[in-house]
Formats: sequence, C-alpha cells, structure tokens
Amino acid sequence: MGRLNIFGSGRSQSTLPNYIILILLALFAALPILLLVSNSLKSTSEIASSPFAVPRDFLWSNYGEAFDKGNYAVTIRNSAILTISTIAGSLTVAGLAAYALSRLKLKGSNVLSFYFLVGIGVPAQLFIIPLFFMWKQLGLVNTHVGLIIIYTALQSPFATYLLRSYMLSIPEEFVDAAKIDGASDWQVFRHIIAPLTGPGFLTAGLVIGLFTWNEFLFAVTFLPEKEFKPVATSLYAFQGRFSRDWGLTNAGSVIMMAPVLILFLALQRRFIEGLTQGGLKA
Amino acid sequence: MATVQATAQATGARKVKPNEQKIPLARVLGRWAFMWPILALNLIVIVIPSIAGLGIAFTEWSGYGQPEFIGLANFDRLMQDAVFFKSLSNNIVWTAIFLTIPIFMGLLGAYLLAGIKRGQMIFRVLYFIPFVLASVVNAQVWRFLLHHRVGIGPWLADLGITDILDVALFGKAETALYTVAFVDIWHFWGFLVVIYLAAMSAVDVELYEVARLDGASRFQQFRYVTLPSIRPTIVFTLLMILIWSATVFDYVYILTSGKPAHASEVMGTYLYETAFFRFDAGYAGAIGVVMTLWVALAVGGFVFLRRRGWDV
Repeated sequence: MGRLNIFGSGRSQSTLPNYIILILLALFAALPILLLVSNSLKSTSEIASSPFAVPRDFLWSNYGEAFDKGNYAVTIRNSAILTISTIAGSLTVAGLAAYALSRLKLKGSNVLSFYFLVGIGVPAQLFIIPLFFMWKQLGLVNTHVGLIIIYTALQSPFATYLLRSYMLSIPEEFVDAAKIDGASDWQVFRHIIAPLTGPGFLTAGLVIGLFTWNEFLFAVTFLPEKEFKPVATSLYAFQGRFSRDWGLTNAGSVIMMAPVLILFLALQRRFIEGLTQGGLKA
Repeated sequence: MATVQATAQATGARKVKPNEQKIPLARVLGRWAFMWPILALNLIVIVIPSIAGLGIAFTEWSGYGQPEFIGLANFDRLMQDAVFFKSLSNNIVWTAIFLTIPIFMGLLGAYLLAGIKRGQMIFRVLYFIPFVLASVVNAQVWRFLLHHRVGIGPWLADLGITDILDVALFGKAETALYTVAFVDIWHFWGFLVVIYLAAMSAVDVELYEVARLDGASRFQQFRYVTLPSIRPTIVFTLLMILIWSATVFDYVYILTSGKPAHASEVMGTYLYETAFFRFDAGYAGAIGVVMTLWVALAVGGFVFLRRRGWDV
C-alpha cells in the first residue's frame, strides 16, 4: 500500500495533468458535502437566493430546531444502543468463530468458510419477508434486541473473515508455549489470541459500527414505531415531513453525518482497510 | 488490501489439508463450541428464512396465517406483470450503468493517483468520504442540489442555461432512474478507486520501465501493463456490481420510491412494497427468487470461469 509512483522519477512524464483531473474529481466528491454543511447554516430564503455562497449569519439555530423537531435526543440514543450492542455481539461471536477456523483444525472448516462467503452473497430480500413475519410472531418487531440479533447475524460472517486473517498471522510459537503449560483452547483464545488480535477487533468494530449507524432497509422494516427508530430512518421521515425547509433538513442530515465524518477522518486507514477487505458487504 | 483477491480465490480454490493428529472426541466437540453462536445466529436469521423465502414463492400468503400452496401461479403472474418487467429492465439498465461509469471513474482515479507522489493519501480519503456516509444523508445532499427550485438548476438558469437542471429530475419519468443512479455512483465510485489503487500498487514497477523503454505512451502503459496486471481485481468488482445491481434498494426507495408511475421501480423496491404495503408476501417471494437466481447465476458464472482455469 506504499506510495508507489508507477511513472518512475517523473522526469520523462509530467504529473501536472494528473493533478488537474484528480483535483476535479476531489471537488466532485467533496464539494456537495461542503455545500450540505454550508446550507445547513442558512435560512430557507437565503438558500433559495444564494445556495453556493458562504452563509451570511451562520444560523446555528437550525441545529437546535432540527435536534428538537427531529427527536434526536431519542433517536441518537436508539442508534447508540443498536450500534454498541451490534459491535459487542458481532465481535464476540465472530472472534470465537475466527479462532476456531484459524487455529483449531476443525473438520469441515473449509466448507464453513465457503458458507460464510455464500451467506454474504444471499440477497437480503430473499430472507427479509419470512424473517419479518417470524420476528412478528416472536414479538421481536419494534424491539432493539430483535434488530441487534439480525445485525449481529449479518455482520458476523464478514467480521469472522477479517479476524481470521489477523489470527492466522499470529506466530504459532506463542500458542505452543502456552499449550506446553497445559492451557486449554479457551485459555489460549482468552489470553493469547484475542489480545494479539486487538487491531483486527478495532478495524472490524469500526466497520460494524458504521454499517449499523447507516443501515436503512432492516431498520425501516423492523422498527416502524417512532420511539424505537434509529437516526437513519427517523431522518428519512424528518426529511419527508419538512421537505421544503432546506435549512432544517440539511442541519438534521449533518447531525447524522458528523460523527461518521469525524471518526472516518481520524481513523481513515482502518476504515478503508476494513471496508475494502469486507468486499462484498460494504 | 490483498484480501479482496484472497476472498475471490477462496471461492474457487480448495486447500490441501495438512497432516492431522488424532484429537479426542471430547476436545473436538469442545472446539466446535466456538462455532455454535455464529452458526445458530446464521441459521435463525439467514438460513431458515432464506429457505422459507424460496418456499413462500410457491404460495399465496399475506404474511399471517397459513400459506396456501399454489404451485407456479406466482411466476405465471410475474410473466404478465408489466410493473415487474419494468423493474427488471430497470435493474438491467442499472447494471449496465454501474458496470461502465463507476468502473471507468475508478480506473481513471486510481491510475492517476498511482502516478503521483504527493497527496496520494489525501485524494484517496476525499474520494472515499461519500462511501462511508449514510444513504439517507447522501440522498439529502443531492435532493437539495438537484432540486429544480433551489439547487444548481436555478443558478444555471440565471446564467441562461435552462432546461437541463432546472427541471424536477427525480420526478420525471424519463430522468428519475438515471438521476438516482447518478447519486449512487457518486457515493460508490471512490470505493473502486481505493480497491484499484491497491491492486495497481502491487504491480511490478519494472514492467512499466520496460514499457517506457519500448516507447509506450501513458495510455499504452495503462492498456498493456496496468489492465492485465489488475484483471483479477477488476473481474471481482464486476461480480460485486452484478450482485449489488440485482438487490439495489436504498437510494431508489429513499429518493423516488419507484415513482413516478413505476418509472424508477427496481425489483428491490417492488418486492418491498408488495410484501410490506400490500401484504402479498407470496408474490413478493417470487420476486425474491428472481433476484436470487440473478445473484446465483453471477456467482456461478464466476466460479465456473475460475474452474475453467481463467485467471479471474
């Protein structure tokens, strides 16, 4: 992943055209987001008259209003519950599985690895209908637990895959030493493998957290009731309700975006690594 | 980074087992205990409902009560359902768009990035930002910018450029699907840049030097060195796009919900409203089966090519 310059020293070929196109592409990617933020600080009339200018008075009150009308005190709490529980659940389940698949020479573990890949490819739309009516029967619709179980099941195969590759890179000697001392499989996992897989857990946790915070399809289906909604689906309803009040809906969208953007900029290497390795489910 | 490829390889290749020692049965069972939680979860949430999903396609079912077996009637109905065909053809259009435009942008961005020394990291991060933002947020960004009364359109109209962006692009039958696809491309293409850049960074620099000595232009270097070297990665992203294009839901549902008059309907949104708004779960299941067949064909084709010894 080094900064390899495939054009050699650059004496024979100028890189100026590269930069021009790259900057245009960067503007294409980032400018719309900047405009969202800048237009979250204007009144509706100012947005209509000068959508591309810097805000005149920086109308911070849009944020307070969006926070109240968008019910963010409740929805952020809901999203936090879903996100933290899903991260904890997925990492636990996936950590155990990754250990078994990477270290414990299970018969049929290749079949399992293959299954997880297939599982990642199965369209959500195939199982979401029976799952919904099953959850309805079990009383799990409109409960956070119900959605956490689903998210954990959806995210754990990816996390297993990622953690497994981390665990495979741990030298065998660490484990051998412990085994000579009579450690059980569980003790090896608990005291050697799991701690040494720390960076893997962090990367996987970030990706799972991002997925859960942003997720829409399952959230809109399994938590229709207002008081249980996470930020994503509540924001969707909010955007529909105040569709002409651009300052307000822009501010509401920035509230949802801000934590992701800050965390991503701070830990971009880990995010990018995790999301590109996750491949299929990203 | 290399794992995107490693993952691709795992689907096709079989490992040779190392020598196994005899392990006591109790210990083997103990070892399987590490797998129980994930297997149980997957069984309950994915496997059983997926099998049920295949099953309900052959029934008349509202979601409540006993499903009634009706054989292939749902599929007969699909064959005469204009909305379904509109959705299916929109999925095909969507696939064609995504197999070309984002791939081109991804390759372009990655190739240009691979050719610079300074700022590679910052460009990579900027391109990747839309990919980590929620569909609901990205939808708001473009619903605003492409709105015919407030966004880019009226601004262009003031400059005298009319009838391009000062129309309701999300609301018109001719443009709705393409406009939604545009937003999704904006969200997605940076992901491809990063993946392709990682693959390009692994290409042997000497190959470029040899090509340059032969007087190859930049485009020729790209065509004859870069492209062949990263082919497995490209093919893998093609497969991912094929799968995702069958199941696309978020952006369409959030931005247009398939409107106007099903002009931007895709199978994902049609299935959703059929199951959860019209409680025609059996019929929706049949749409789900079509989507699954699409995915299975794509993955099957990929594995088949790999078995045939294609280096993909």
